[in-house]
Amino acid sequence: MEEVGIQAHAQPQAAQIRSVADAVRRRVLEHTLNNNGGYLSQACSSAEILATLYLGIMRLGSSQEPLVPRPFAGVPSSDNPHAFTGAGYNGPKAPELDRFIFSPVHYALVLYSLLIELGRLGPDALDAFNQDGSTVELIGAEHSPGHEVTAGSLAQAISQAGGIALARRLRGETGRVWVFMSDGEFQEGQTWEAFAALAYHRIGNIGIYVDANAQQCDGPMDAVMGIEPLAERLRAFGAEVHEVDGHDPEALAAPALGSGERDRPLVVIARTDPCRGLEQLRERAPKLHYVRFKSDEEFATYRTLLETLRQEAC
Amino acid sequence: MESVQRPHRENLIHWAASRPEVLVLSADLTSSCEADGFRDAYPERFFSMGMAEQNMMGFAAGLAREGFFPYIHTFAVFICRRPFDQVAMSIAYPNLPVRLIGFLPGITTAGGVTHQAIDDIALMRILPNMRILECGDATDVESVLDVAQAIDGPVYVRMLRGEVPRLFDETKPLVFNRARVLSQGSDAVVLSTGICTEEAMRATTAVRERGLDVGHLHVSTLKPFDDPSVLEAIANARRGVITMENHSVIGGLGSAVAELMAEQGIGTRLVRLGLQDSYAHGASRQYLMREYGLDAMALVRALESLLTGPLGLTEQDLAGVRLETMRQVDKTEDL
Ligand SMILES: Cc1ncc(C[n+]2csc(CCOP(=O)(O)OP(=O)(O)O)c2C)c(N)n1
Repeated sequence: MEEVGIQAHAQPQAAQIRSVADAVRRRVLEHTLNNNGGYLSQACSSAEILATLYLGIMRLGSSQEPLVPRPFAGVPSSDNPHAFTGAGYNGPKAPELDRFIFSPVHYALVLYSLLIELGRLGPDALDAFNQDGSTVELIGAEHSPGHEVTAGSLAQAISQAGGIALARRLRGETGRVWVFMSDGEFQEGQTWEAFAALAYHRIGNIGIYVDANAQQCDGPMDAVMGIEPLAERLRAFGAEVHEVDGHDPEALAAPALGSGERDRPLVVIARTDPCRGLEQLRERAPKLHYVRFKSDEEFATYRTLLETLRQEAC
Repeated sequence: MESVQRPHRENLIHWAASRPEVLVLSADLTSSCEADGFRDAYPERFFSMGMAEQNMMGFAAGLAREGFFPYIHTFAVFICRRPFDQVAMSIAYPNLPVRLIGFLPGITTAGGVTHQAIDDIALMRILPNMRILECGDATDVESVLDVAQAIDGPVYVRMLRGEVPRLFDETKPLVFNRARVLSQGSDAVVLSTGICTEEAMRATTAVRERGLDVGHLHVSTLKPFDDPSVLEAIANARRGVITMENHSVIGGLGSAVAELMAEQGIGTRLVRLGLQDSYAHGASRQYLMREYGLDAMALVRALESLLTGPLGLTEQDLAGVRLETMRQVDKTEDL
């Protein structure tokens, strides 16, 4: 697929988004098979959300970074002029362009796969995944492709994005800040502190997409710590909230359209299915957080499944 | 040498059977912290607190005030960093018997900077009332709960998960405030903690074959830090002391030893191996141990600089005495 420049985001191409999302699922499944492990259910739930953000919502310029990711250049410090972030994969920073803040960074494999499908990363970029000395880390950090902040201690990115959005407002920039979050992050107190501050300071240049897959490490969220009714809670905190089918690109993009100035944060709760597109995965529920195949038989089943999905895509 | 699969998981189940006052609190990392067996065996004593560590500390404090013994299970970073204030004020200040069981010490995880607890010992050491224990092998893991439970007040345990080597005799449990003397020697003494002890054993074996008289102690109580056997070993080390820890050299074992030496007026050299005031990044344990100088070769170099100059030992020489415990880490881990 060719490099995508600044998006004409009025008319998201639903069919294109769907096919990119399915390609992301296939790539993550392939990687999970080859490495015997991966955050596969997260690809199933979030593929359309992330593909819609990149193809139908965010105004991003072309990638500024090499197709083959640069190796890790050391941690940020005054002595290290070489440290960098992975934000350049989302295009240059410019007043009229949007910014993307990726919060649940255990979804990194999904983001890398999407960047490959979009031509922002080369086709072999996953060869460096979780390799020593690589930035294509298992749990993404700010040097990882497509990442801008260090977010693996979850529910910290939303506040950092709030600061970035506030700074952009202070500078009079028209570009917006988009944040991708997981639903588990709504258990942390910090998330709610962030929403209180976003509403109080009338920060309207920020939009948050939530992958509401109702799953977390220990299993289904309602068996761990409920967060519902999420939409009502967020509305009570002063956000503009939309609940949509998280696998429907048009429904996902609709709330983000319209160019009028907003004075409160936008939240799109994307209701998703952690087994979407891979029915087979349902057998493993409720253990979906990290998928590792156990038997040769299971490997064979999923390999066959991958082949079928590939053929269907042709 | 033997290694044990998930020693904490099994031990916790057996150990808690006769202790109805023991509760487990988890922040959505129950299997990752090997508390799933406890949860399934004693569901009425297991409390899922969601991914909300600050609040979990307050609940633990309340339960402890009412006479229960909450055992917090989560990754070490999520005990010591985000809820530090709650640990300090709700738990440590009132000296409550909350047991904080922290997993993924230092660079044992490929999860990168957000998952690597390189400052946990430092953070817990500065809290009055807090006691700190660190496990270095399966025997430590299997005996640390007894030690923690006997303490009147809060305890931070730096725990190991997954496949854990057994370096120490099963019948010789971890003893509070007592280092394990692994070898005697008076040219220099090596004090190691946690996973560094295995590396240090490789190095000290190799240098002893080259005629160096090096002592080695495995330290498992990091606070308090007044073990007479540690003091004696340091005082007898003619040419220097080396600390080796899977942690920043600031605030952990190296700092504790420096303070002890200064206060006791022991004027010999101290070399601190550990992360040299740097964050780390996501990579395999072996790679990071080499990168940050936490492996056997780093200790050999430190001993050379302290005692002899080059000994000519190579990786091969160290591999030759390598204890067959540390397998290639399974990098596809649950985080
Ligand atoms: C502050 C913090 N606590 C705990 C964790 C460990 N952890 C990683 S992912 C996760 C929760 C997973 O749930 P969710 O965020 O909804 O993601 P999903 O289920 O979609 O993978 C947890 C508890 C963390 N990364 N950060």
